[in-house]
This record gives sequence, C-alpha cells and structure tokens, in this order.
Amino acid sequence: MLKIEDLHKSFGGVRAVNRCSLKVKQGSITGLIGPNGAGKTTLFNLITGFYRPDRGAIWFLRDRIDGLPPHRVARRAIARTFQIPRELKEMTVLENMMLIPPAQKGEKVWNSFFRPAQVRRQEREIMEEALRVLEFVELIRLRNEYAQSLSSGQKKLLELARTLMSDPKMILLDEPGAGVNPTLMKKLIRNIQELRQQGKTFFLIEHDMDLIMNLCDRVIVMDKGRHLADGSPSDIKKDERVLEAYLGGK
Amino acid sequence: MESIIGVLNYGAFFAITAGIYAILCLGLNIQWGYTGLFNIGIAGFYAVGAYTSALLCGPPPGPLDWRTVGGLGLPFPVGVLGAILMCGIVALFIGFISLRLKEDYLAIATIGIAEVIRLILKNESWLTNSVWGLKHIPPPLHSPIQRGISGFLSANPDASVAVKALISKSYNWFYLGLVLGIVAILYWVSERSIRSPWGRVLRAIREDETVVSAAGKNVFRFKMQSFVLGSMIMGMAGSLYAHYAMFIDANSFEPLYGTFLVWVMLIAGGSGNSKGAILGAFIIWGIWAGTDFMSGYLALSAIRVASLRIITIAILLELVLLLRPSGLLGEEKFVSKMMGKSKRGG
Repeated sequence: MLKIEDLHKSFGGVRAVNRCSLKVKQGSITGLIGPNGAGKTTLFNLITGFYRPDRGAIWFLRDRIDGLPPHRVARRAIARTFQIPRELKEMTVLENMMLIPPAQKGEKVWNSFFRPAQVRRQEREIMEEALRVLEFVELIRLRNEYAQSLSSGQKKLLELARTLMSDPKMILLDEPGAGVNPTLMKKLIRNIQELRQQGKTFFLIEHDMDLIMNLCDRVIVMDKGRHLADGSPSDIKKDERVLEAYLGGK
Repeated sequence: MESIIGVLNYGAFFAITAGIYAILCLGLNIQWGYTGLFNIGIAGFYAVGAYTSALLCGPPPGPLDWRTVGGLGLPFPVGVLGAILMCGIVALFIGFISLRLKEDYLAIATIGIAEVIRLILKNESWLTNSVWGLKHIPPPLHSPIQRGISGFLSANPDASVAVKALISKSYNWFYLGLVLGIVAILYWVSERSIRSPWGRVLRAIREDETVVSAAGKNVFRFKMQSFVLGSMIMGMAGSLYAHYAMFIDANSFEPLYGTFLVWVMLIAGGSGNSKGAILGAFIIWGIWAGTDFMSGYLALSAIRVASLRIITIAILLELVLLLRPSGLLGEEKFVSKMMGKSKRGG
C-alpha cells in the first residue's frame, strides 16, 4: 500500500533520513520503532508532505505522493496524528471533530448565503458522524468542552478520533500510547484493532514495546535514518542488530 | 432645549465616526479575530478605499490641483464598489507574497505596504494631489436633502429654533442611517460566515494551521479569502469616510487613527466576536472623543494633551489585556451553529 524507495532528508549536516526504503502492507498494523533520533517522525513528516524529501520516492496505492503539499497528501485518504497532541484549544471537542471531513459544502463561504439548506443538512450529517465517533472513543460526555481542558490521554484519543472523521485508508499514528494511562491504553488498542477489522491500515511509531507486541503484526526498525530490519514482533525481539542499535553495542 | 439639540447633533456626528470605525473593526475581526492574521497596515487599506472612492466620484482636477487624473464624477455606489475592489486587489497582492510564509511576515508586509501607500499619498501628486489632498468629494444625495431642508425652513418660518437646528442637520442623520445600515449588513455577513463551516476552518487555522492542512484543507486559500474579505470591508470604511469628510489627505490616515485605534477597539470589545467589534468601536471612540473635551479643562499645551490622550488609550489597552484579555465580549463557546442549536446534544 505504502512504498518508500531510497528516501533522503537532511537538515543542515544531519542526515535525518538516509537511504530509507520500506513497505507497509494493506490492512496491516505496522509498527515503526528505533532509538531516539532514528528519523521516525521525520519519515512521517515526509510521507504526509510536511517535509519535502531531498531524494527518493514515496508511493501510495500506485501514485507517487512525495513532494505534494500536506493537504494534497491528506486528500489521498492518509490521516495522521501528532506526537504532541495538536488539539484546537479554544474550540469545542465537537468542533475539533467537525472541522475534519473533506470538501464540506459550507467551506465555500457563498454556499452559506445562497444554499443554506444544503449546508445545514450536511452540517447535521457531519455532527451525527462526529457524535458517533466520539461515542466510539468514549469522549462523548466531553463534546461541548474546550479541547484544551482535556487530559493528555484524552487529547491522544481526540487525535485518533479526528483521523476517523475523514474516512482514511491509512492512518499514521505518532506515539499514540505516550502519556496514556493503562486503562485508556487498553481502550486505544481495542479501538485500533476494531478499526483494522473495518479495513483501515495503520502505521505507527511507538516506544512502548508492550503496545508494539500486542498490537502490530509487522514491525519495522529504523536506525540512523535507514531501514534496519523488519519482521514479526517476536522475530524483531530476537534480532541482534536491533538489540545492538538499542543497547548501543559494538 | 437648544443645548439638547446640540448634543443630539453632536451625537450624530460622533456615531458616524464610531460607525465607520465599527466597520474597520469588523474587517479586522475577520482577519485577526477569526483567522489570526496580524494586519498592522489597516490605515493603508482605509486610505486606498477612501482615495479610490474620491477619485472615482470627485470632481475633475481644478486649475490649482497638481493631480492630472481622477474626478470621474461617478455615483456614490460606484465609488464604494471601486474602493472594495481596489482593496481586494491590494490584499490579494500582499497575501500572495506573504500568506504562505510564517505569520510574522504578514505583519511586516502589511506595515510595509501601509507605509508605501502613505508615501504615495504624499508624493505621487499626479494621482493623489500630494499634501493638498482631494477636495469636494460629493456626499451621496446631498443636494436633494439640502433642498428638502431649505424647502422645510422656508415653508415653516415660525418653527422653533430647536426644530430648525435639528432639521438643518438632517444630512448628518441621513448619513448616520447609511453608515449604521452598512454596519448592520456587515454584522450579518460576518456572523453568517463565522458560524458556517468556512468560519470553523478559519478559527482552526488561528488555533493550529498544521491540523487544518493535515485534514486536507488548503490553508493558504482560506487565509487569502479571509484577508481579502477583511481588507475589502476596510476599503468600504475608507469610502464612507471620504464621502462624509468631503476632503481627505495623507494626514487623515495616520497609523494612530487608522491602525492603532482600530486594534485597541477590537481587543477591548472582544476579538472573535462581531458584537464585541462594534461595541469596542463605540466605547473606545467615546473615550477618545471624551478626552478631547476634557483637554479644555487641563492647563496644558495642545501637544502635551495629544500625547496624554495616546497614553490614556495605551494604559486602557494594558488594563484590558491584564484584567479581561478576551475583551468585554469574548468569543462565544459555541460558534458553529448551522447544524441547529438543540441538536448539539446539550
């Protein structure tokens, strides 16, 4: 589904992503691990168009998407969350959700003046969808609160919930488990598994090995900007190169 | 009785100016209050609107004028539309070069263009008549109303002095109605827009534009729409000012009046709230005009009083920021309304 070929990205003298090639299969939950500074988040930013690669290619469902601006990548049904939650602080949880659906009629300002009935109808549909997703992630009680008043775990859930509002084919999660308490974490894992059943593909960065082992069916390891290893979680656990990269052996 | 009429007539004059400021505030509210676009060149758009309208509707250059163009004598509505259009073009140009960059650059670009416009007003005499300004800008429907007034006065020679005083200022009351009517329309337009999904995208851009682009929305396009719309509204204010003052020059558009006061009004009234924008304009203009009255009682030179007024307003701004940072009427919690109120699941 997602294929990355020989990708490069440097910042000044730092080669954040260096000759990286990898693949993510359709319908999988693929984990991306690696020591700090391995280039994982940079890779996500390259895929989603927030950075432009210096060299290399990114393919998504037969199309090249490298070099496209973020909103064009998103329109190909790739959604993402951010490592540090980016909730829209002074907007309600419900509004955070209702922002997301693509190509809303009311986003053209004149439609609200000349076709208000159509805009209203679509707004009601979008709201119902938002309430349904909020129910699913159990944030429904907080729908009318400002997003900034959520706890950090709840903000993580809101990030995930927002991605669902655009009906994505692939969801990139940047450390979905960080700062989430065990109860919420279980809920998060359940949510991701349920969504995979519905046909979504997940690609996620995570440091929490338990989460990786429980959730992922494939794991890709990055180190120093390149693809180091990949395989099933249990294989990766035993891989010597991986242990070396993490523990800093010779 | 006469003194009451005097106060009333002054009230009309006051409210016209405050109403024109309210229009500027509504424009800035779309840019800053909704979208977080930092425009500190409001005076520039205000001036472009005023000069465009004056050149379209005013008389041709006279023998003592330096300018060689303009003075087409077109009707008032054409002047207003021209002002709106011209400000839209200027905004498009500034937006195109600066809205893709980080937000600070817009601030620099707007202050830069406002300064360029001010220099054009002062130096390009073929167009702007330089420091002599543009004179005899025709107020809309002035002569029919004046005819009506003199008709009334000659038909009722024994009307009381008070009635005569009130009637003779009818034109001001007419113009006040015009300005307030436009304020009301713009209020409706800006409320409708902010409560629509379009407005939701603007507010999301203000909060965090990264989220908006990750959701597949073209942030640049929305910012451009907001910036152009806000600037067009400012141009409308300029046009209304020109046709009321009948004379404009570069001094009418000093940053103090054209930009600084508008910011204070919006912040005091409540950024992100259209009612707040209008309220702020009236309150701050009230204080500003009020301090002008009080200056008569101070034993200070005029220059010192002028500085004192600015300091007063600046202190007021600080107080608002410290004590009520979201202004008198801040942004409402539930802004998106087109899905129906009751269905929010309350």
